[in-house]
Amino acid sequence: MNNPHDEKPDEPNNGSEGIPAPEGAANLIDTDYVIGQDNITASPLGVNVDLHGKVFTISSIVILFFVIITLALQDQVTPIFDVTFNFLTGNLAWFFLLAANIFVVLSVVLIFTPLGKVRIGGAEATPDFSYAGWFAMLFAAGMGIGLMFYGVSEPLTHFGTALDGTTVENGVRTDWAPLGAAVGDEQAAVSLGMAATIFHWGLHPWGIYAVVALALAIFSFNKGLPLTMRSIFYPILGERVWGWQGHVIDILAVFATLFGLATSLGIGASQATAGLGYLFGIPDNNVTMVLLIAGITAVALMSILAGVDKGVQRLSQLNMGLAFLLLGFVILVGPTLMIVTGFFENLLAYFVNLPALSNPFGREDANFSQGWTAFYWAWWISWSPFVGMFIARVSRGRTVREFLITVLLVPSTVSVLWMTAFGGTAIDQVINNGFEGVQNAVLELQLFVMLGQLPLTEITSFVGIVLVMVFFITSSDSGSLVIDSITAGGKVDAPKPQRIFWAVIEGGVAIALLLGGGLAALQTAVITTGLPFTLVLLAACYAIVKGLMSEPRSG
Amino acid sequence: MYRKIMVPVDLAHLDVIEPALEKVADLARHYDAEVCYVGVTANTPGSVARTPQEYTQKLEVFAKERGEAHGQPVSTKTITSPDPIADLDDVVIKAIDEVGADLVVMPTHPPKHLDVIMPSHGGKIATHTKVSVFLVRP
Repeated sequence: MNNPHDEKPDEPNNGSEGIPAPEGAANLIDTDYVIGQDNITASPLGVNVDLHGKVFTISSIVILFFVIITLALQDQVTPIFDVTFNFLTGNLAWFFLLAANIFVVLSVVLIFTPLGKVRIGGAEATPDFSYAGWFAMLFAAGMGIGLMFYGVSEPLTHFGTALDGTTVENGVRTDWAPLGAAVGDEQAAVSLGMAATIFHWGLHPWGIYAVVALALAIFSFNKGLPLTMRSIFYPILGERVWGWQGHVIDILAVFATLFGLATSLGIGASQATAGLGYLFGIPDNNVTMVLLIAGITAVALMSILAGVDKGVQRLSQLNMGLAFLLLGFVILVGPTLMIVTGFFENLLAYFVNLPALSNPFGREDANFSQGWTAFYWAWWISWSPFVGMFIARVSRGRTVREFLITVLLVPSTVSVLWMTAFGGTAIDQVINNGFEGVQNAVLELQLFVMLGQLPLTEITSFVGIVLVMVFFITSSDSGSLVIDSITAGGKVDAPKPQRIFWAVIEGGVAIALLLGGGLAALQTAVITTGLPFTLVLLAACYAIVKGLMSEPRSG
Repeated sequence: MYRKIMVPVDLAHLDVIEPALEKVADLARHYDAEVCYVGVTANTPGSVARTPQEYTQKLEVFAKERGEAHGQPVSTKTITSPDPIADLDDVVIKAIDEVGADLVVMPTHPPKHLDVIMPSHGGKIATHTKVSVFLVRP
């Protein structure tokens, strides 16, 4: 009658076909909720839509409201956002640091426990994407763009502040150096600066992403709940997650994702524009930036229409290849020996300083731990609904152990190598060549100025600009998929025009805020969503353990 | 003339495809052909089923009911995809050869301007297969 045997069960590359035969007992949660039951289906103007009525409507109104007040009352709202944000990082830094440590510890511990044997999607599930495609996608979504932007500047900054040592006024430290600084000792300052940078780009951010992604993946693929943030809360709220509590969680996730993307799109456009100006003399002004955002959005639209497999995956792999070429080039042409030995030294410095850097209580380096670390944690956490949901969606068929190694350990290692190569080269230029051009350049240009000291600068800078732009295309693309699935009540097969709608809104909001001002203000507002999401993530930790305990473990 | 008719079905929107399904039954009786119902589903939980297995079961039940109604032999094929909306055309084209169909019958909408950006599934499939394709307009 049916023919489930005409598929090849062990073909991991095969993105799109084959019913994975009987998948073993995945313990579905027993609920009467039917996915899409609260959805509205209609076809205004001949375009079909299938949306979660409340989540879509309220999210749209909240987004519109924030764009308008930020544009209209910029001077009034900026201080409000700033005060809120400073309160969060100032008074609740310990909470962010403590929570992030919990996420890392849980992720690492799960690798080594028998729970690591549970397979996402049931015992017999097979992966939808190849290793290369999978890794490229999660890396591009997770931090590709950040590494381009901060890979040079952050190591250099921490190195500089550490070297300058500490300054105390009225018994309060006013310097921004990590821990106890390393005044006058260049080698120690390099170590500490690198350790501090890697700390912000290593296990902790990926631990944050891993927790969200794993919780969503388990509750969607193994427990049969819709792929939206609210499903994480099922073990705590039960059937109430389908009510207003769930709506609030989902709306918050849409808000954080959309404004996170829009502000990043604006910031990325400014880096790409600065780079184009530096390289080709293209005027660095609003017209160029608007054209860039429009162009990026247009390419993202094509990618969205092509889907996850042929759109995001291909672009991510292309970018992964380009990024590694650039990385390899910097390693070979830059101070090769220093980068190779530096990789191990920095890794060691990271682990040596990790306990002190991640300590939530009694910190002397308040500026660093609040202004840098807590800021970063809030930032990563506010991004986590977007990145986590996207990672979850492409991770079906992996075991929990495989998942955590690939989402936590591999990207962290790549971050160490990246920071060592790009930051290390810039620091080397300062220490050994006495070149201070990078330090003196504006943030957007630091990467290009560093590359300018190496041969073939026209080519490498151009590759750098392309990388920035393609990372934004994949972010805009995967972000639209995520927002669409949340606002469609967890459906991933809602009509295509909805994805297009969200991609256009992202670009539109970015342009509006770029021209009207307020990008920075809204970024602050986005990061404040880090606080409620920290609570969501803590709930996710509980949900992961509870969910995994009731799953069969594959061999 | 035709031995195996393949019919892509969307279990979530049966009302939309019902007219096409009637024609399938007529054709199957006329040619004494087997009908293969093909369903494409997301691997995430959806409105029809919460797992691909559950989807397969529902598709089998559906095919069995149809088979009893029109009296011709039936078969099914479930295809799972991480992004069914975008991958639909490709996986259906691939399935034509896999199930060995010699006629595809599927519902489609009248041509419209939006087709330039998002071509209709039926139109796309017809241009990418050697077998006959019967597009049923509402």
